[in-house]
Amino acid sequence: MTAETESGTVSHRGAPLRVDGLKVYYHTRRGPVKAVDGVSFELQRGERLGLVGESGSGKSTIALALMMAHKEPARIEAGSVMLNGSNLLLDSSERIRQRRLSEIAMVPQGALNSLNPVMRVRDQITDGLKDHGVRMSDSQFRDRVAELLRSVGLDPSVGGKYPHELSGGMRQRVSIAMAISMNPSVIIADEPTSALDVVVQKQVVQTLRKVQQQIGAAAVMIGHDMGLMAQFASRIGIMYGGKIVEIGAASSIFKQPKHPYTKLLISSLPDTRWKRKLEGIPGLPPSLLMPPAGCVFHPRCPQAMDECKREAPVSRQLGDQHFASCHLYGDDDGVEAMN
Amino acid sequence: MRVSSEDVSGILLHAQGISKVFESGTFRKSYTNALDTVTLSIPYSPPTITAIAGESGSGKTTLARTILGLVEPTSGRVVYKGRELSDMKRNEYAEFRREVQVIFQDPFESYNPFYKVDHVLRTPIRRYKLASSKSEVDGMVENALRTVGLRPEETLGRHPHQLSGGQRQRVMVARAVMLNPKIIVADEPVSMVDASLRATILETLRTMNEELGISILYITHDLTTAYQIAENIVILYKGRVAEAGAVDEVINNPSHPYTKMLVDSIPHPDPETQWGAAEVEQAPDESIASGCSFYDRCPVRMDLCAAADPPLYQTDPHRISRCYLSDESPIYDAQDLYGVFDIPERRTASGGSHS
Repeated sequence: MTAETESGTVSHRGAPLRVDGLKVYYHTRRGPVKAVDGVSFELQRGERLGLVGESGSGKSTIALALMMAHKEPARIEAGSVMLNGSNLLLDSSERIRQRRLSEIAMVPQGALNSLNPVMRVRDQITDGLKDHGVRMSDSQFRDRVAELLRSVGLDPSVGGKYPHELSGGMRQRVSIAMAISMNPSVIIADEPTSALDVVVQKQVVQTLRKVQQQIGAAAVMIGHDMGLMAQFASRIGIMYGGKIVEIGAASSIFKQPKHPYTKLLISSLPDTRWKRKLEGIPGLPPSLLMPPAGCVFHPRCPQAMDECKREAPVSRQLGDQHFASCHLYGDDDGVEAMN
Repeated sequence: MRVSSEDVSGILLHAQGISKVFESGTFRKSYTNALDTVTLSIPYSPPTITAIAGESGSGKTTLARTILGLVEPTSGRVVYKGRELSDMKRNEYAEFRREVQVIFQDPFESYNPFYKVDHVLRTPIRRYKLASSKSEVDGMVENALRTVGLRPEETLGRHPHQLSGGQRQRVMVARAVMLNPKIIVADEPVSMVDASLRATILETLRTMNEELGISILYITHDLTTAYQIAENIVILYKGRVAEAGAVDEVINNPSHPYTKMLVDSIPHPDPETQWGAAEVEQAPDESIASGCSFYDRCPVRMDLCAAADPPLYQTDPHRISRCYLSDESPIYDAQDLYGVFDIPERRTASGGSHS
C-alpha cells in the first residue's frame, strides 16, 4: 500500500480506514438503542483523529464496531468499514481475527483487563505474533519484544514481568507495544489514559503519538477529554447522540467551532490560563432509545429553530476539511440523505 | 447555639499535625505514610474554597476522611469549634456531622438503588429532626433542589439510575446544603461527570460558598478545575505537602519541581498550546531511604536531597515550597498552611444557621 498524501489532494483508495454510514444499534426489549446512527469518516495514513463525546454519545460503541468486537445485543445495521480497501463487515470471523493486530489494533481503556494476569509480558506479545503466523527463532522473538518495549520507553527487562508487577502507566505502554507489534495501518485507542494520573497520562499519550508516527499508522483516539484531544489529534470529530455533528482540523474545531454543541462544549472547559464563570450546557443528553425528532441537539440548543425540530440536518462542508450538521448553515431545504 | 471559648480564635476547623500510617502484610509488616504531619485550618469567616490536589497515593482522600472523622489519624487531632473530635459528646458529634458535609465522587455507590431520590433527601431531615410536618419536609426538599438548579418535578420520584451523573451529583449537593452546613468536603465531585455538566456543578459549589457562606474543601487530581474554583491550593505528594498557597502563585508560577511537572502535564484544550516536549521517559527509579520523597522522580535532584527531607520554605507571601531550590527563602515555621493562604476580603456571609 502506498501513501498518497500529496498536499491537499488525497486519494480515497489510499485511505487505510474509511467508514461509511455506520449504524450500530443495541436491541433491547424496549426497542433499538441507536448508539451509532449513521457515522462516516475517513482516515489518511499518519493521521490522528480524535472522536470526542460525552457518555452516551456512541463513541465507545464505534471503537468496538471498528474492531468487530461488539457483542449482542449490539448489531451493525448498516454501513461499511473499509480497512485498506476491503470491507471488514463482510469478512469471516477467522479473517477478522487475522486482520486484527496485523491491520487494525486496539489500545484498550484499562490495560489490567486486557492483559493476561498469569502470563509474562514477553510471552503475551510473542503469542500475538505467533497467532498471526509470524515464525522466528526464540532469540529473534526476544529481540523483537525488546525492540517493541524500547520503542514505548520501557526497559526490555519488563518483558520478564507479570502485569501486576507493573504500574498503570507501564501496563498501558505494554498495551501500546502489543498494538504496534505487527505494524498495523490503523490504531484504535479507546480512552487509553482514563485511569492514569496526569503526569503519566501525558507520557502515555506522547508515547502513543511517537510510535504512531514511527510506523506511519492512522490513529483514532476515542475519549471525552477535549484537552487530551487538543494535544493528540490532528483532526477532531465531535459526537453527539450517536452522530458526528462536526468534524474538522483540530485547530479550526477549537478556533472556529460551527456547531452550537461544539461551541458550548468548548466554552465549558476549564483551563489554568484564565478564570471565568464556567457555563455548563443546559439540559440532558438525548435518549438514544427515543432520540428527539429532527436534530438530536435541538432540545438543548440555544439557537434552535422550527426547522430543527422537524428535519435532521445534513453534514455540510463549511471550510477546508471542516464539516458540520446544523441548519444554521443550510440554504437548501429538506435534504434527507446523510452523507 | 453554643459558643465555646475557642471561638475567639476565629478558627472553625483545625486539623493539627495529621499523620496516618497504613499497615499492611501479615507476617512481614510494611508501613505506608499516607499522610505526614499536615496542619490545616478553616476559619469561621470568610468562607473559603481550598483545593487539596495530588495524584493517587498523595494522601488527599485520607486527609479529607480524617477531617470528616471517618479515618482516625495515627497522630494529630481534628478540632471543630474548639472541641477535639475524639472527645466529643454524642450531641456535639451529631452537630459536627450535620455541619461538616461531604460529597463523594460517585454519590450513589453507597445508596440502595431501590430507594428513590426522595428517600435520599428526606432521610437526613428526619434524622436531624429539621422539620416538624410532612409539608415542611417537602418544602425543604424542593427548595434544596431548586438551589442547585434542579426542577423538583423532574427529579423527585425517580431512582438514582434514572438521573444523569450530573443530576445525581447535584442531588448530593442539595442534600448537603439542606442541612445548613458550615463546611462541605467535596471529594472529586466532578471527575465522573461529563464536561457539559461539570461546569454547572462547580458553579453550584461556588454559589454555595458565596451566597450561603459555606467553606469548601475541594479534593481533586485536576489542577484546572482547582484553579477555576479555589482561592488556595495544597499540593500533596506521598502524604507530604510539596507546595501550598494562592492558586495564582502555585499554578501559574509553580516553584516545586513536582508542581512544575503537574502543571506541565495539563492537557490544555488548545491545539496551539502543546505539551512541552519534556521527557517522555520516566526518571529511572532510585529509591532512597531518607530525604525528599520526590527524589526518585525529580528531574533536578541534588545530593543534598537524598540526605534529608527539605523543610517548607516561604518563597512568597502566599506560597510555601518543600524544596532545597528555595533554600534562600526563610523556613516556614508556623505549621498551619492557612498562614500562607491568600484570603480575599469578602462580605461576610449571613446565611449561617440561626437557632
